[in-house]
Amino acid sequence: MGKVTGSQAVVRCLQEEGVKIIFGYPGGAVIDLYDALMDADIENVLVRHEQGAVHAADGLARVTGQVGVALLTSGPGATNGVTGIATAYMDSIPLVVLTGQVPRALIGNDAFQEVDIVGITRPCTKHNYLVSKIEDLVPTIREAFHIARTGRPGPVLVDLPKDLLASQLTYPEKKDVNMLSYQPTYKPHPIQIEKACKKIIKATKPVLYVGGGVILSDASRELTELAIKLNIPVTMTLMGLGAFPGTHELSMGMLGMHGTYTANMAVAECDLLIAVGARFDDRVTGKLAEFASQAEIIHIDIDPTSISKNVKVHIPIVADCKNALTAINDWFATKANINLEEEAARHRPWFDLIRQWTIDHPLCYKENNDIIKPQYVIEMLHKCTGGQAIITTEVGQNQMWAAQFYKFDHPRHFVTSGGLGTMGFGLPAAIGAQMAYPDKTVIDIAGDGSIQMNIQELATARQYKCPVKVAILNNSYLGMVRQWQELFYAKRYASTTMDVTPDFVDLARAYGAVGLRATTKSEVEPVIKEALATNNTVIMDFKIEKEEGVYPMVPAGKSNTEMLLV
Amino acid sequence: MKHTISVLLQNKPGVLSRVTGLFSGRGFNIESLCVAETLDPGVSSLTVVSRGDNSVVEQITKQLHKLIDVIKVTDITDKEYVEREMVLIRMKAEAHTRAEVLRVVDIFRGKVVDVSAKSYAVELTGSASKIQAVIDILRPIGIKEIVRTGIIAMSRANKTK
Repeated sequence: MGKVTGSQAVVRCLQEEGVKIIFGYPGGAVIDLYDALMDADIENVLVRHEQGAVHAADGLARVTGQVGVALLTSGPGATNGVTGIATAYMDSIPLVVLTGQVPRALIGNDAFQEVDIVGITRPCTKHNYLVSKIEDLVPTIREAFHIARTGRPGPVLVDLPKDLLASQLTYPEKKDVNMLSYQPTYKPHPIQIEKACKKIIKATKPVLYVGGGVILSDASRELTELAIKLNIPVTMTLMGLGAFPGTHELSMGMLGMHGTYTANMAVAECDLLIAVGARFDDRVTGKLAEFASQAEIIHIDIDPTSISKNVKVHIPIVADCKNALTAINDWFATKANINLEEEAARHRPWFDLIRQWTIDHPLCYKENNDIIKPQYVIEMLHKCTGGQAIITTEVGQNQMWAAQFYKFDHPRHFVTSGGLGTMGFGLPAAIGAQMAYPDKTVIDIAGDGSIQMNIQELATARQYKCPVKVAILNNSYLGMVRQWQELFYAKRYASTTMDVTPDFVDLARAYGAVGLRATTKSEVEPVIKEALATNNTVIMDFKIEKEEGVYPMVPAGKSNTEMLLV
Repeated sequence: MKHTISVLLQNKPGVLSRVTGLFSGRGFNIESLCVAETLDPGVSSLTVVSRGDNSVVEQITKQLHKLIDVIKVTDITDKEYVEREMVLIRMKAEAHTRAEVLRVVDIFRGKVVDVSAKSYAVELTGSASKIQAVIDILRPIGIKEIVRTGIIAMSRANKTK
């Protein structure tokens, strides 16, 4: 086999891994790699800011389940990507981020565009590498993909010195990666499964508390089977939305700070909490001591560090969610002495109580016939897309209203920065999702604040003919912080009024996209319909009720049962 | 409570920084930390002493294990183990204290490794509590400088067979 350059080897690795699209921004340190990519059958998307590249790769990974790839140059290129990497890390999204580095001889010399990106990203990557020997190049990239996609997924960064990309090597044959010190546990322990199943049988008031892990392990079907077969009500975290059909009668919607009344009451009152691929985040639990305080807790997670980190767990099951749920379903299917219908019937009084909570305190808002309510916009988006769109969000009120009012029926259709809460995530993530599924409707639900954090990516959307739709819920405020100021800071709106924002309709036009605006309720549906019928990037500017809040709301540090309601 | 945790890890650049970064980033404390190559030059062994209640120590061991380069993590606190620390102490050694210093060093089976007109440097090894005892006794005589290695530890062999 002949020699290839380091750059050609990297490209070949990407092809071996099945990468079809990468997102990036060129620069001196990666110019060789960009040159080699020109000869490959890989679509190379030029973003307008490196943060956008990582978010777009992240969006692609979230909707497809494949590893997203971003390519950044050294120094500022790499540091601009850090927010994107941290976003993916907090939400366990598989990414491989390739960064250029100055030539090996210059490392440590404060060379032009040099930064210790491996040092900088050590706490926000699952793992990272500086490749310092040419013979390590290909094995390292293979390892990076392996680590990114296995176990609890996450971003892996590989730093590539410029001279290494230009030097020659013999491309090593493809081998399976086997790492002595990295062996994730996929299979659940049968004794733990049996213990869990026996608890589930005994429970009279069980709740399934479902997180992003179920989506990451593609376990929605197994979860849905378990919930329906045993008649167990389901609540989902922000990251878990879509893991169980949001329109199903067993779905209680989201729990936590902006969760539904029903979900929060059910968790407070349940006698068994079955946590699946969730990590008891502070936005979910509220005051820890009062979270599920009546319940025994079963916790399924592939990452042992998630178990008993915040809340003491009675039955830990370290395993891939899909494997664990399959084992539980199998246990119920094969134990002949268990009558599933009787089991389901035993949960019925509990389910009736839950239904009553929903009747008493449904998820709702004060309707208005003239002024546009943001929740109404989301409901109309749901209606006009038949609930089938991929929805990305920015962060803040827009994100919470999207989570509450767009009833997600399918996994991998809700793309949001849950853990890090990164404003500016939605638009580039929507581009990544749209590049992966050109025929799907992809909508970024945004606020007028967030959208301006990566607005430049409209140019990327236009260049690659991504017909993403951006729905701006425009209240001329940084709405979520304003809401906190309204409730807890005596309405002192410090730095949350955005008196000057661009005319988003004109702005869309300036980018060659389509701009539409709705200022009254009756204009909402026609605007959405027009946007959906337009085969171009569209910005919809909805002038919404300025001081609308997100409710229910659990004030920070309070118990989840102390909700402020509409 | 004090915990002694023994860790085997890949001997690669940056690995120690991953370990210390984990402790600082997650607010765990490090009382001492010792690391060196094992018989296999590709593997290092690290002994870290930390403090925390059971749930903190459980997180420490789990988080350490989660690092890709970490091969094995053992909290040896509740097991039979041998721990040793070495200390170098420079003592004031004036005419009237020289004999006393030598006596104490002798009692604790240390040795003098450097001598000057006004000082002795002594070397001592032992468990952390022995080292502390020596320091407590020598302090009133006059310690000028002290350097400790931190604890290394090894589980005892299984004696049943």
